[in-house]
Amino acid sequence: MKPLIVRVALVAAVATLLCILALPMISLLVRLSPGELLHQLSQPVVLTALGLSLETSVATTVVVILLGLPVAYLLATKDFKGKRVLRALVEIPIVLPPTVAGVGLLLAFGRAGLAGGALKALGIELPFTTLAVVVAQVFVATPFFISAATAGIASVERRYTDAAATLGATPGYGFFRVLLPLALPSVLAGAAMSWARALGEFGATITFAGNLPGRTQTMPLAVYTALQNDLAAAVALSLLLVILSFSILLGLRFAPWGAAVGGAPARPRGR
Amino acid sequence: MWLLLGLLLHHQQPTHLSVYAAASLTDAFNEIADSLERRDPDLHIDFNFAGSQVLVLQIGQGAAADVFASADSLWMKTAQDSGLIEGTPQTFVRNRLVVIVPKGNPARIGKLQDLGRSGVKLVLAADQVPAGRYARQTIFRLSRLAGYPTDYGRRVLGNVVSNEENVRSVAAKVQLGEADAGIVYVSDVTPALARQVQRIELPDSANVIASYPIAVVRHAPNALAAKGFIEFVLSPSGQAVLAKNGFIAAR
Repeated sequence: MKPLIVRVALVAAVATLLCILALPMISLLVRLSPGELLHQLSQPVVLTALGLSLETSVATTVVVILLGLPVAYLLATKDFKGKRVLRALVEIPIVLPPTVAGVGLLLAFGRAGLAGGALKALGIELPFTTLAVVVAQVFVATPFFISAATAGIASVERRYTDAAATLGATPGYGFFRVLLPLALPSVLAGAAMSWARALGEFGATITFAGNLPGRTQTMPLAVYTALQNDLAAAVALSLLLVILSFSILLGLRFAPWGAAVGGAPARPRGR
Repeated sequence: MWLLLGLLLHHQQPTHLSVYAAASLTDAFNEIADSLERRDPDLHIDFNFAGSQVLVLQIGQGAAADVFASADSLWMKTAQDSGLIEGTPQTFVRNRLVVIVPKGNPARIGKLQDLGRSGVKLVLAADQVPAGRYARQTIFRLSRLAGYPTDYGRRVLGNVVSNEENVRSVAAKVQLGEADAGIVYVSDVTPALARQVQRIELPDSANVIASYPIAVVRHAPNALAAKGFIEFVLSPSGQAVLAKNGFIAAR
């Protein structure tokens, strides 16, 4: 039995934190009547923003997996010069204000940016396009995938891949048939976190991609725009965003592979 | 504990005046604050610059503002109707719009008609932002002038690639060379910006003259200092600073 004071402190800490985290969500939920909510959510601007958000965030997740997996593999299995620097570099977007990311993206990939000329030669002009939305989302969402995937791959015991190699497996076979399946829970968890982060991306998007319905106005931007003259629409959109993000995170916890996330080191499971 | 109390007591001495002002006033008001703070070392002026619509929202949600300076009378009226304003707002300055293009003029915009050419990337403030609403009014007025095609308005608005959250973001997108053109206030073309953009003047017949009202916020924590600030803005010295920053003096 813990002393009373410890229990009181525990309960107080949990209650306070729950208040800070849950109360804003609950407030969004109770603000509008169901009828009003339904009416707001059926507005074309809401549906357009929802469609664009889903489209771009899914594209972002695919790009993040394709480009992030090799980097995570490198970070988890190899030792090389500059590894710590690379690690810090891929983690920077987590702590950077997204607006700063947006300014950086403009100065790098904008028309007048460092790489602007090279992009133009390829016929690409990024700012104010849907592609720019994806680039901004990839910038902010990648670290979440890399961290989870790196940890997942690193936790696979070396002897399984070694055994596969001893039995004549090519490195490719070893990666796709042995390593990846074992690290899959973490890889999927990382992908889900990246997806959720991409869905919520605001600052880098509005700075780098601008704000135009149907092209670059994702749900967070639509919330911000609506907030300036239509509180009810803003609340409805916010609620939709909360529900979407919460579903992704909840799905992550309840998925069959979810239990393994952050758990014991991965081992092969019998069929 | 004593340290905390000491901090609290000490904190009461200087006045922290909180001024919520339209983004376009950034440079002029900073200059006004400098001269006011030099006169009175106990006065600290904190600014919150944003689109007027954002400021009304923040004050409405209980932000501890003392002064509200709006870029149009509509948002001031909204604030008044919501019971956020003490006394009667006063017009302290006026402003006009101008078209700006990046130095080098990538889209080769030589005259206002070119804004309707297909492929031009135009950036405006969102239509909730006063500057954005004025810009759309101006485009509409241009479309009715001789020498402009009848579908001018539709074509120009079709070229809008972004609705920015305040007028200074419009200026930034043009300054960075990402937009081909933008519509901002004359006062936004600060000396720093003027080096990086070219101006294309709008005819008086189409230009919208924006009136900026200023008022004390109801339940202002520093109502007295707020009145002092407004008096200075309306005084000849305050008006001179505004005029120097490209505004049209209202008095």
